[in-house]
Amino acid sequence: MNSARPLVRLAQFSPGLGDVPRNLEKMIAFVREAEKDGVDLVVFPELALTGYTLKDLVPDCAIDLAAPEMHALREASRKVSIAFGFVEETPDHLFFNSAAYLERGEIVHIHRKVHLPTYGLFEEGRYFAAGDSVRSFNTRFGRLALLICEDIWHLPIPYLAALDGALAVLVLAASPTRAVTGEGKAKNTIAWERLLLTYASSLTIFMVYANRSGFEDGVGYWGGSEIVSPAGEVLVKGAYHESDAPTGIVDFDHVRRERIHTPLLRDERLRVVMSELTRIMTSRQHTSANAEVESSS
Amino acid sequence: MNDGPAPHDRMGLELNLEELEVDMPTVEKILLSFIREECRVAGYEKGVLGLSGGLDSAVVCALAARALGPENVTAVVMPASTSSAQSLADAKLVIDQYGVKSRTVDISPMAEGYLSTVHNVNRVRRGNIYARCRMIVLFDTSADEHALVLGTSNKTELLLGYGTLHGDMASGINPIGDLYKSQVRAMGRHLGIPKPILEKEPSADLWAGQRDVDELGATYEMLDLILYRLIDQRYSISRLIESGFDAKFVRSVRERVRRNQFKRRTAIIAKLSSRTIGPDFRLPRDAAFSLDRDGESHPQGSV
Repeated sequence: MNSARPLVRLAQFSPGLGDVPRNLEKMIAFVREAEKDGVDLVVFPELALTGYTLKDLVPDCAIDLAAPEMHALREASRKVSIAFGFVEETPDHLFFNSAAYLERGEIVHIHRKVHLPTYGLFEEGRYFAAGDSVRSFNTRFGRLALLICEDIWHLPIPYLAALDGALAVLVLAASPTRAVTGEGKAKNTIAWERLLLTYASSLTIFMVYANRSGFEDGVGYWGGSEIVSPAGEVLVKGAYHESDAPTGIVDFDHVRRERIHTPLLRDERLRVVMSELTRIMTSRQHTSANAEVESSS
Repeated sequence: MNDGPAPHDRMGLELNLEELEVDMPTVEKILLSFIREECRVAGYEKGVLGLSGGLDSAVVCALAARALGPENVTAVVMPASTSSAQSLADAKLVIDQYGVKSRTVDISPMAEGYLSTVHNVNRVRRGNIYARCRMIVLFDTSADEHALVLGTSNKTELLLGYGTLHGDMASGINPIGDLYKSQVRAMGRHLGIPKPILEKEPSADLWAGQRDVDELGATYEMLDLILYRLIDQRYSISRLIESGFDAKFVRSVRERVRRNQFKRRTAIIAKLSSRTIGPDFRLPRDAAFSLDRDGESHPQGSV
């Protein structure tokens, strides 16, 4: 079986906040540079086209799938495939924190962030509509999935992507540095890195993580983008707290070898998962219905 | 100095401010409760404000006198060497009309004390120094009289950043910060502010002959309408241009609003911990309850 071995570059950069034209220019220049270096796929971070802390600028920075910015990036994807984050506006004027996968001038897939963090310093639920599907999709390299930041902090999301056939999950992130401790790395950096390793080895997939750098309103993004193999090895690693462009090969044959060695996905018991989920969901509905009755009495 | 009409009043556009109209009795009622309630929550019964002789501070003075009682309001008049005599006379008019207490503090000695140590101070820097000296006087009066500093910046100048950071923009509470200048004028008429004040040319009075219209590049009527449509109504720039506003000017207004956001919020803090003041430490300022629910009951907890 012939497997693809795409050279993947993680565009760990600092998008200008609300500066769509400048970010587009930067992204296209980045893709051109990657093309010269023989890169096959460039992965940009979450909301790369717009910056993250948009607040009231969300509608101002939104584009639809026919927008000139999307067209320009599609054109740029003729030789190098591109994954990037942007604000998507639908015809009925919902705003999604979305990611697109572009290949050979076409939009292959759009993922709308399913889990919008709205706690601590995050307020995405105030500004964005939540996506409601997780789908893997075929590319010229093999089957991939596209997830955004908080999505992978919820176990079922990467699980669904892997079950839907993804051999590599591209995770686009804008993860802020917080909880700096005496250990050199911030607590949330350590947690992220553990999470990526865990998914890669338990789902036997590549985790391709592109996090941004730079500061917005005092909040810094820690970078540290990485590619983790299905065996749980960190293959390439971006610098912390600054811009970088770590580049490495995602060897799809490694997934095959790892799954022969450790056939975890083969042994998944979907019927058990489904029946238990159904039971738990039903009992939860009963509990919440009972709670309503009690509180109204 | 240009004494003619501002260039952007010659756009041939009929300015209809009807869309900015608000029901003044309702707004007055809300603002009086606001002043009373927010003073009480902060632990104050009295208010203090800087009275310039202009419209904005006159309106705040009138509202404060009604909300707290004139005996609980101190208007501080703070002339500098460059202030016009008319400003002082107009301030006196307001004090007499509303019967509030007053103090006059000449800020020249304190301002000149610093100014004598620096060179080549242009009039903008000088104006900012005056505004910050007035802030010192107001907050010291606040400590002296146990009175809350009432802000007098309107929405137009807050959005455009047409004020001095840590100067006239500093206050404890601001009753008129969500009223555009033309709405403040309508409120002034409603409250019976003396006519000379209602009708005079708006000026920061930081140097002789200064006029807001020259510095802002348009009348308040024009700016208010642009800002109202951009900010409150969320119209796009292209819609504003279609309706006849000058493209370059509208863009410059939006840019000015954006550029001055730093004046409207406290300094940003470099995030390190998991709970940083600003992004994720968000204690409501008016919280009256004790955070310690297991401890002794606190008198304020019964609010």
